[in-house]
Amino acid sequence: MGGLVGRNLLAGPEPDVAADAGHPDPPPRMGFFTDTSVCIGCKACEVACKEWNAVPEDGLEFTGMSYDNTQGLGADTWRHVAFIEQNKPMGHAETGAGDGGATDLRWLMASDVCKHCTHAACLDVCPTGSLFRTEFGTVVVQEDICNGCGYCIPACPYGVIDQRKGDGRAWKCTLCYDRIGAGMEPACAKACPTDSIQYGPLDELRERAALRVDQLHDLGVDDARLYGHDPDDGVGGDGAFFLLLDEPEVYGLPPDPVVTTRDLPSMWRHAGMAAAAMLGGLAAVFAVHGRAGGGR
Amino acid sequence: MSTSGVGKDGMHGERPGREAQVGKGPQRRGRKRGRHRGEKAMVPDAEFTSYYGRPILNPPVWKASDVAAYFFLGGLAGAGSVLAAGAHRTGRPVAARALKISSLAALGGSTAALIHDLGRPERFVNMLRVMKPTSPMSMGSWLLVAYGPAVGAAAVLDVTGLFPRLGGAATAGAAALGPSVCTYTAVLAADTAVPAWHEAHRELPFVFAASAVAAASGMALVTAPPRETGPMRTAAALGAALELAAAKILEHRAGLAAEPYKKGKAGRFVRAGEILSVAGAAGGVLLGGRGRAAAALSGAALLAGSACTRFGVFHAGTQSARDPRYTVIPQRERLRAAAG
Ligand code: SF4
Ligand code: SF4
Repeated sequence: MGGLVGRNLLAGPEPDVAADAGHPDPPPRMGFFTDTSVCIGCKACEVACKEWNAVPEDGLEFTGMSYDNTQGLGADTWRHVAFIEQNKPMGHAETGAGDGGATDLRWLMASDVCKHCTHAACLDVCPTGSLFRTEFGTVVVQEDICNGCGYCIPACPYGVIDQRKGDGRAWKCTLCYDRIGAGMEPACAKACPTDSIQYGPLDELRERAALRVDQLHDLGVDDARLYGHDPDDGVGGDGAFFLLLDEPEVYGLPPDPVVTTRDLPSMWRHAGMAAAAMLGGLAAVFAVHGRAGGGR
Repeated sequence: MSTSGVGKDGMHGERPGREAQVGKGPQRRGRKRGRHRGEKAMVPDAEFTSYYGRPILNPPVWKASDVAAYFFLGGLAGAGSVLAAGAHRTGRPVAARALKISSLAALGGSTAALIHDLGRPERFVNMLRVMKPTSPMSMGSWLLVAYGPAVGAAAVLDVTGLFPRLGGAATAGAAALGPSVCTYTAVLAADTAVPAWHEAHRELPFVFAASAVAAASGMALVTAPPRETGPMRTAAALGAALELAAAKILEHRAGLAAEPYKKGKAGRFVRAGEILSVAGAAGGVLLGGRGRAAAALSGAALLAGSACTRFGVFHAGTQSARDPRYTVIPQRERLRAAAG
């Protein structure tokens, strides 16, 4: 298995995910760039996703978490808009409140989604082959195959995929596999009124995102940074990446996620050593004790 | 809502929000805009932050009564097969037969628990749809496919006395696969983003192997006469000692991710497991050779201790997944260390 790591199939940058997954001559890898600096928290993406994908209702609850009653991604929430109220300035922006200067108050909103990881732990650990890599480089569950073993759920380093109650199977964002296959953009990106959610070829999105960060830094928004854009990160880069205005954990995102299967060769090695130790140890115990009747 | 669109030929139309001058304001006295260019304001916060205290991960949906039981029973079966083969070859027929039967029963129980835990139990056979080296659950399913018939044949041929040669071969085959049946479940747990499991991926297979040996030795003490269980009493002592040692190394190496093993429900199970294993092993070594009752009691303690350990490990995992601290703080520390 060490050889697999060298070939970048368990971790590290992997420029041709779809080809490596066996798609001959795949289209460019498609993804999302979610620029949270222009998100207005309208939740149009949440609604559009539910409508297009016929995702069932999963409870109406008042949480007291700013305007977020959705709470987090799960089997029945494939887009989740986070709301964070902070006592920090947003660049040089003035709200007209206070003394008329820049105010120490800002409201961050961010639409979260499945990251469609380059090295997707959910896909790696799925024992049935239900989760698969599409020709667009995205990660999709085949619901007619999933047997609800639940392994993908704790494997995902972002807390995206989950089991649907009463259904038993695992569900998550498909990056609108049906729509993008027909040359349309995913429902959430289509519905986003501010273009916070941008869909397109990943290479293009990465270029655009880098320009946007520079632009924001020029405007004085020093805390703008990209998240999940780097093919050298722990999951080989995300197919859906973000522009954030604070640390990832403020938005409920892990600061340095790593695909668990990166360490799988080491895990099997240790399991092998433990198994060998057990076999050898017990053989030695029987050898020392000898045949019944003789010795002890 | 946007006036632009995307077609097979790519994107077209102007997108409204992309260049929005977010954060723009009048220049303040004495501040030059250019100063900010490239300036890094991302000094990591010293204190821990989270999104309203909510977990980063989606915690496992596995039920403790199924999956922790599956870990325990799989260990009992696997280690039992090794002990059964040893007893078989060294003239300890009662112990050999009892362990073969208990391994078959434990394997049946663990498979039933696994199937019961599925969201779609009727689709269990999909486990054998592919063979995936990156999925410990897939590898484990195939391992059980090979191990099951060997365990079954070993038990049935021993009880019926038919085809002794074949019975011997099945016994040896089950013993060869048994250790992997004990340890692959540790890989299954460790190959997740769950901090208490993943960070323990080096030690967990040893904890599971040792705990399995203690359990199977306990089973032998319960079911076989003292004159046959000498090796099992030694094995119980070794198993309990190794389990404790591996758990200590885990606590030392896993850092913050080891904390859940000492807290709450997990902490109570782990502690009970330690006490029961040590008591069972000590009882087995000191008294197990003398009387049947003392041996059976020690064996029961060993079995209970192993079960407690598995439930402890299981709950430590779910506890660590539910608290964002265990996900965020080690990752932050890693980033800080990488930044130098
Ligand atoms: S974010 Fe989670 S669910 Fe989405 S592809 Fe990555 S591992 Fe899978
Ligand atoms: S729950 Fe379904 S999709 Fe997830 S790992 Fe199991 S079979 Fe695969």
